[in-house]
Amino acid sequence: MAGNIKKKFSGGLGQLTIPVIAIALLVIFNLIRDPSFFSVGLSHNNDGNIVLAGNLISIINGASELAVLAMGMTLVTAACGGQDISVGAAAAIAGSVFVKVLKTSPDISGGKVLLAFICACIVAMLFGTFNGTLVAVFKIQPMIATLILYTCGRSIAYWINGGATPTISSPIISAIGSFIPGIPIPTPVLIVVAMAIVFKLVFKFTSLELLTQSVGINGSAARLNGINSTFIKLLSFIILGVCVAVSGSIGVSRLGLINHETLLLDIEMDTILAVAIGGNNLGGGKFKISGSIIGAYVIQMLTITLYAMKVSSTDVKAYKAIVIILLVVIGSPVVKEKFGKFVSKLLDNRSKASLKGAQ
Amino acid sequence: MQDEVLLQMSHIDKRFPGVLALNGVDFTLRRGEIHALMGENGAGKSTLIKVLTGVYRMDGGTITVEGNSISIHSPQDAQNNGISTVYQEITLCPNLTVAENMYIGREDGAWINHKDYEKKAGEILERLSIPARATQQLGDCSLAVQQMVAIARAVDMKCKVLILDEPTSSLDDKEVNMLFKLMRDLKAQGVGIIFVTHFLEQVYEVSDRITVLRNGELVGEYLTEELPQVELVAKMIGKDLDELNDLGSAEEKKTSDKEVFYEATGLSSSDALPFDFQIRKGEVNGFTGLLGSGRSESVRAIFGADKVTGGAVKINGKSVKITRPIDAMKNGIGYLAEDRKRDGIIAELSVRENIILALQVMKGLFKPISRSEAEAFADEYIKALNIKTASRETPVGSLSGGNQQKVILARWLLTHPDYLILDEPTRGIDVGTKLEIQKLVLKLAEDGVSVTFISSEVEEMLRTCSRLIVMRDRHIVGELKGADLNQTQVMKTIAGGEA
Amino acid sequence: MRKFKALLMSGVLALSLVLTACGSGGSGNSGNSGGDGLIKVGVINNPPSESGYREANVKDMEAVFSEANGYELKTFYSIKNDEQLQAAQGFITEGVDYLLISAAETTGWDEVLKKAKEAGIKVFLFDRMIDVDESLYEAAVVSDMAKEGETAVQWLLSQNLSEYNVIHIQGAMGSDAQIGRTGALDAQFNSGAMNCVVQQTATWDEAEAKKIVESVINSGADFNVIYAENDGMAKGAVAALDEAGITHGVNGKVIVMGFDCNRWALRELLAGNWNYDGQCSPFQAQIISDIIQGKTTVDSKIIINEEKGFDAATLTQADIDTYGLGE
Repeated sequence: MAGNIKKKFSGGLGQLTIPVIAIALLVIFNLIRDPSFFSVGLSHNNDGNIVLAGNLISIINGASELAVLAMGMTLVTAACGGQDISVGAAAAIAGSVFVKVLKTSPDISGGKVLLAFICACIVAMLFGTFNGTLVAVFKIQPMIATLILYTCGRSIAYWINGGATPTISSPIISAIGSFIPGIPIPTPVLIVVAMAIVFKLVFKFTSLELLTQSVGINGSAARLNGINSTFIKLLSFIILGVCVAVSGSIGVSRLGLINHETLLLDIEMDTILAVAIGGNNLGGGKFKISGSIIGAYVIQMLTITLYAMKVSSTDVKAYKAIVIILLVVIGSPVVKEKFGKFVSKLLDNRSKASLKGAQ
Repeated sequence: MQDEVLLQMSHIDKRFPGVLALNGVDFTLRRGEIHALMGENGAGKSTLIKVLTGVYRMDGGTITVEGNSISIHSPQDAQNNGISTVYQEITLCPNLTVAENMYIGREDGAWINHKDYEKKAGEILERLSIPARATQQLGDCSLAVQQMVAIARAVDMKCKVLILDEPTSSLDDKEVNMLFKLMRDLKAQGVGIIFVTHFLEQVYEVSDRITVLRNGELVGEYLTEELPQVELVAKMIGKDLDELNDLGSAEEKKTSDKEVFYEATGLSSSDALPFDFQIRKGEVNGFTGLLGSGRSESVRAIFGADKVTGGAVKINGKSVKITRPIDAMKNGIGYLAEDRKRDGIIAELSVRENIILALQVMKGLFKPISRSEAEAFADEYIKALNIKTASRETPVGSLSGGNQQKVILARWLLTHPDYLILDEPTRGIDVGTKLEIQKLVLKLAEDGVSVTFISSEVEEMLRTCSRLIVMRDRHIVGELKGADLNQTQVMKTIAGGEA
Repeated sequence: MRKFKALLMSGVLALSLVLTACGSGGSGNSGNSGGDGLIKVGVINNPPSESGYREANVKDMEAVFSEANGYELKTFYSIKNDEQLQAAQGFITEGVDYLLISAAETTGWDEVLKKAKEAGIKVFLFDRMIDVDESLYEAAVVSDMAKEGETAVQWLLSQNLSEYNVIHIQGAMGSDAQIGRTGALDAQFNSGAMNCVVQQTATWDEAEAKKIVESVINSGADFNVIYAENDGMAKGAVAALDEAGITHGVNGKVIVMGFDCNRWALRELLAGNWNYDGQCSPFQAQIISDIIQGKTTVDSKIIINEEKGFDAATLTQADIDTYGLGE
C-alpha cells in the first residue's frame, strides 16, 4: 500500500509537479499579501463593451504571446535538444509583415487581416525553415544557428517598414488585440486556448509526439527505426514559425503599432524558461506542452506580482532570476532524487507504524 | 593465500522504487582468487557491483576491505579503497584519446602532462598486447579494444579488487585468452577479481569460486571444481534444464527449399565491401567471423543503415532500391541493431511506445496508432515474449538488458516482417532469455519468415541456423551448411586453414 | 546587438525614437560639382536608419543645403567614429568650405578639427557635442534635453489641475532622453507639487508600458496624468486605459503626454485622444545655414535648438505636416 501512495505522490503529476507547485505558491503568496489580488470584476471598456478586469486577467492575458511561443519552443527543444533564441526577432519580422500587408491600403477588412496573418505565417515559417535547415541539415547547435537571426532579425524587421513605427487603427485589429465586442474574455487568451487545442489535435491525429520524442532521446535509434530525423527537426522549427507569427500578430494587435526594436523584446529567454519550468528536459526528449504553458503563466504571474508590489521594473528581472533559479534547482534531478527518498522514507515509517498499529 | 579474506560484503540491501533489488546478500572475496558472480539478468549482480563501486548507495549492510569497515559513497571512494571496475557497457569517453581515457579523472592523472601519459599509456598497451595507439581516439577503436582499454585503466590503478562486468561479451577468442592470461597474472599478484559473465565455459576455465544470485537473493557460494555446469545453470535459472535439449541439434537442420525472398548482388556501403547474398523464405542463416570481419557491416548494408554505395537488390524477384532504413522497412525487412543502448531502445519512452515505434514509423506521420490500439499491441507482446516489466508504461530504460532486447524484438515482430535481421540479439542477456530468443527465431522460420541471426557464440548459431556465411577481413570466405555445420569446420573457415 | 544598442543609447542626444542597429556600413554621397559660387558643405552624420529622429534630421540637412539654396552638399553617414573621422579627412582634402558634424563618439576629433582649422575650413557641430576646445568650431547647435522636460512640465502645470496624480513611464534608464525628460518631473515630485503614483521604466517598450498602467489600474490607485517618455509607451498606456474604460485626452479623466512627435502620435493629439506631445527638434540645418549666410550672428558658441511642445487644443494639421516625424 505504501508503494501505491508513493506512486501516486511522485507519479500523479509527474513532470508537472514543479510548475503546479510554483503556481500554487505564487497564488498563496499573493492571497496572503493582498486577499483581493485575484478578484475579477466586470467593467465597461472605452468601446462600451463589458469586459473582465483584474490582476488575474492581466496575468492570463499578458502571458499569451509567451504561452504561444513556449508551445512551439517545447517541440523544438524536444526534437533538437536545443533552443531557438531568435523567436523575439522573428516575431518582430512577422509583426512587421503583418502591418506591412495591412498598410497596403487604408481600409482594413477581415479578409485583409487574415491575408496579413497568412503572409506573416509564411514569412515566419520561411525563417523557421532557415533556422531548421541550419540545425537539422548542417547539424549546427540550435543556439548558435539561431544566433544569426537573433542578431539580424530586428534589422530585417526595420527594413520591412522602412524604419518607421507604423500604426494601424481598426476595430478588427483591436478585437484581436484586446476584446471582441460581446465577449468579456481578452481575445489573446482565446487565441492561446485555440493554439493549445490545435496542438492537442495535431498530437492526436499525427504521430508527431512519438516521433519527436524518439528523435530527441536517441537520434541514432530513431534513424535505424526509419525516422527521418532531419524532417522532424525541420518540422519543429516550422511549427515554431507558426507560433512566432501568432504571437507577433497578437503583440502588434494589442497596441496597433509595430516597433521592431521592442516588440516581444527579450521574450526568447522567458520562453526557454517557461519550457524549463514546465519540467521539460532542455536537452531534448520527452516533453509536455501543458507544462510549458503553465511555465509561461508562472513567469507572468511573477512579473505582475512584482509590479503590484511596486518593485521597480529594472529590479523585476533580478527578482525573477532569483525565483527562477529556485524553481530550476528544485526541479533538478539531484533535488528530485533527494526529495523522493525523503518521501519514501516518510511513507515507509508510516506504513511500519500502521502495521504495528494493526498488530 | 586464497584463504585470506580481502573483501567482505554482509547483508547488503538495496531498494529501488517498487523493487527490492538486493535482499541481505553476502559476498566474500579472498586475496588472489577469481570469483565468478553468476545469475540471470535481474538477479542483482549489476546492482551489487554498483553498490560496491559507489554508483548506488546501499540501504543496509556492511562492507569491509582487509578487515577494515569502509563506507563507499562515490566511485572515488571505491577507487581510494582499491576497488576498480570495468563495466559491461563502455563508460569511457569515445571522443578522447586512449591515453586520455586511461588517465582522466584520476588523482594521479591530474598533474601528468600529455606527453608523459601518452608514453605511459603506450607502455601499458604494449605490455597487455592491446592493439591500440595511445594517441588514437577511443571512439575509433572497436568495442573489444575499448573494453580492453578500460581494463588497462583499472589495472594501471593498482587495484586490490578488480571487477570485470561482462568483459568478454564483445571479445573474440584470441582476445578472451589474452584477457584470461592477464587475469591469471593479476591473481598471482594477489589481486582479487570479481568476474561477471554469461559465458559458462569461461567461468569454468578461469574462476576459482562461484557465487550465485537469484532475484536479489544469495543462492550460495561454491568452489568451481565442485559444481557441475548443469547444476550451476539450474541454480541460476531455478528451473529444469530439459529445455536446453528442446532445441534440435545442428545436423537436423535442413536448408529451406522455398523461393528466394531477398537477393543482393555486389551490395556495398560506406562500411561494407561489395558482397553477394541471398536468403530464402523460412530460412535462418547466420553471419559469422571475428570482430571486424565485416559481419555487422554487411547486414547493416542490407537494411540501409549505413550509406549504400552500390549493388542491386531484388525482393521476391523484383528490383528494389534500399538506401535508407525506411526503404528496407517498407520492403518487409526488420533490423535489430548490435548496440542495444545506442541504436535500439528509446530509453525514456515507455515499453508501449518502444514496441509500436517501428510500426508507427511505417504507417507515417498522419496515421497515428491510437492509444487503445497501442496498449493492446503492447499487452499482446509483453505476454507473448514474457517481458518482465512493472507495466506497459514503464520507461524501457529501467528494464533489465534481456527485457529491453525483448521489447525491441516485439517492436520488429509487430511490423510482421518477411525478413528479420538480428545482430547479436543475445549479447549480454541471461541464459533463460537466450533460449527464448533462439526458440522464437526457429518459430518465425517455421512461419515462413527469413531470419539472419548473428551471434558471437558460434554454438548458438549452430543451434539455430541452417546456413552460415563466414567472413574474414571484410570478405565472405565461406558458406557452410548441412554436415559442414559444426564448430570445428566453422573455426577452420574463420581461421582460413585448410578445410 | 544589445551592446551595440547600449552604445548608441549612451551616445545619442535628443534621441526620440528607439534605435535600431541596422545599417552600420558607411555610405558616401557626393553632390555633382556645380559651378563656382556654390558653397561646399560636407556633412558627417549618423545613418538615417538609426531612428525616426535621424531620418528627419538627414532629410532636413539635404533640403536646406540644396543646390537651389546655393550649396554643394557632400554627405557621409556612419555610426562608427573611425569611419566618420576618415570621411572628415577626406572632406578636408577635397577642400570643402564648411564641415558639419554629428559625431558617433565625443572623443578622438582633436586632430581632424585642427587640420580643418589649418585648412581654413569652418566647422559646425549639430545634434551632438564633441570633447574639443571651443576654438576649434564655429558653433554647436544642440538640443537641451532638460529643457525639453521642463517645457512639458510647465505645460502640465499650466493645466491648473486641482491635484496631480502622475503615472510616470520612463525610457531606458540612463539614456540622455530619459534623464532629460525625467528631471523636470522629478523636481515636481520632490517639491510636492505633483504626486507620483508610480514611476517605472518600460525601457521604451510599448507592451511593458501597458502592463505598468494595467497594474496600477488593478491596484485601484487613483491617477489623472500619464507622462510617458516617448510616443510608443504613451500608446501602450492608452491601450490599458481603453481596456479598463478610463477616459483620456481632451475632456477625458486622464491627461496623456508623450514625446517625439511622431506623425501618428500628433494625429492622436489632433483627434483629442492625447493632450501633449513634446519634441526634441531634429531641425538644425536652417540655423546653421543662417549663420553661414550671415543672416544671424553668433553670440555664444553653443546654440540651444528651440524645443517644441504641442498641445492638443492648439495643434493644427499644418504642424503635423511640418514637424511630425515618420509617417
